[in-house]
Amino acid sequence: MGFEVLAKGNNAMRLLEGLGVAMRISLISVVISIVLGVILGVLVELKRPFIMAFFRVYLEIVRIMPQMVLLFIVYFGTTKALGLNLSAEAASIIVFSFWGAAEMADLVRGALGGIPVIQYESAASLGLTRIQTYRYVIVPQIVRRMIPLSINLITRMIKTTSLVMMIGIVEVLKVGQQIIEANRKSSPNAAFGIFATVFLLYFLACWPISQLAKYLEKKWEN
Amino acid sequence: MNPEVIREYLPLYKEAFILTLRTGWIGILLAFAIGILVAFAIHFRVPVLSKIASVYVELFRNTPLLVQLFFIYFALPKIGLSIPAETCGAVGLGLLGGSYMAEGIRSGLDAVPVSQEESALALGLTKRQLFTYVVFPEAMSISIPAIVANVIFLLKETSVFSAISLMDLMFTAKDLIGLYYDTTEALVLLVVFYIIMLLPVSILGSIIEKRVRLRTLGG
Repeated sequence: MGFEVLAKGNNAMRLLEGLGVAMRISLISVVISIVLGVILGVLVELKRPFIMAFFRVYLEIVRIMPQMVLLFIVYFGTTKALGLNLSAEAASIIVFSFWGAAEMADLVRGALGGIPVIQYESAASLGLTRIQTYRYVIVPQIVRRMIPLSINLITRMIKTTSLVMMIGIVEVLKVGQQIIEANRKSSPNAAFGIFATVFLLYFLACWPISQLAKYLEKKWEN
Repeated sequence: MNPEVIREYLPLYKEAFILTLRTGWIGILLAFAIGILVAFAIHFRVPVLSKIASVYVELFRNTPLLVQLFFIYFALPKIGLSIPAETCGAVGLGLLGGSYMAEGIRSGLDAVPVSQEESALALGLTKRQLFTYVVFPEAMSISIPAIVANVIFLLKETSVFSAISLMDLMFTAKDLIGLYYDTTEALVLLVVFYIIMLLPVSILGSIIEKRVRLRTLGG
């Protein structure tokens, strides 16, 4: 069935290293997305018309442009237009952060907007200052709503990083292809074993994380 | 930007656009059909089938389309199952989308209040009538925002098709960049065609979502 190639040399290790590259890119992008997304989400909730208009356009771009198209624009487009020589990894981190920050900002905006006015009023009537209101009332609720959604963003980010092989980054799929090519004669069925393994690896990387998100979402349901 | 180049590229993009759209929508219809069947199996706790359905949903929701396509296109032929690229794209999109649609439809079914079922039964509706006239329509209107979001998501995912050498928009753009280096023109056309493909769906989606929200406000 072609699974035997995994035992040859350090093929299994190479596949895992490939997965590591994808994970690294997605983790860096997630961290940047969360930081930028929270800042942007709070800015949008201030409801300044200019920021709102900018955000709507930004969100719509992210909503309708495939990440792959964005990858091409940043990777090939900037090189041509700005004469900038971005590495493929930098290009993919820029694109995934651009995408993730929009998603995150929208979530933050939704969570902030979902807090009823009565919470602010009750806090004020109890004599809490503005800062205390946020510190003890609003932020804890927001964090509980945001954590499961942010965890979900991690799995989506990991799944999306599979695209980076299309701009030439050697990650798990690309390593898989290389192994298949190298063993074309000795194990003609390697494609089955390798791609089944890659499928399983992605599942093992994402499934526990999405289960955790589901668990936290249930646990913190009001 | 060179208008001459754009004029030259336009027919190529048009052809790719039609292929992308056709494969995409066949995949989405397939996804919808799979989604409904799987959601029913899970919601009604059909023995054995509901277990298989749950495993399917978890497997396909937690893996990227690119990996799924590689598996279907490159790995399955090794065990004697060869599928042409275009079918493979539609089937892959259908399988991925089916798992997302199933989640959306199932949560709609679960969200119909029990009082609705009880009231319908009290009115003397049979189980079948209860489902076709009460539960299913209500569940669908609850699921619509999720379904629209999934349609947009799946149309965007079509950009992965180029990986299994389907001559879609992405493939055409990459090919032209590699051949002639008219990067700007190739990318602008790519963006324009994706806007044509997705903006109407996105706007329609917002309108539908607003209408659904109005319904819940009144109720």
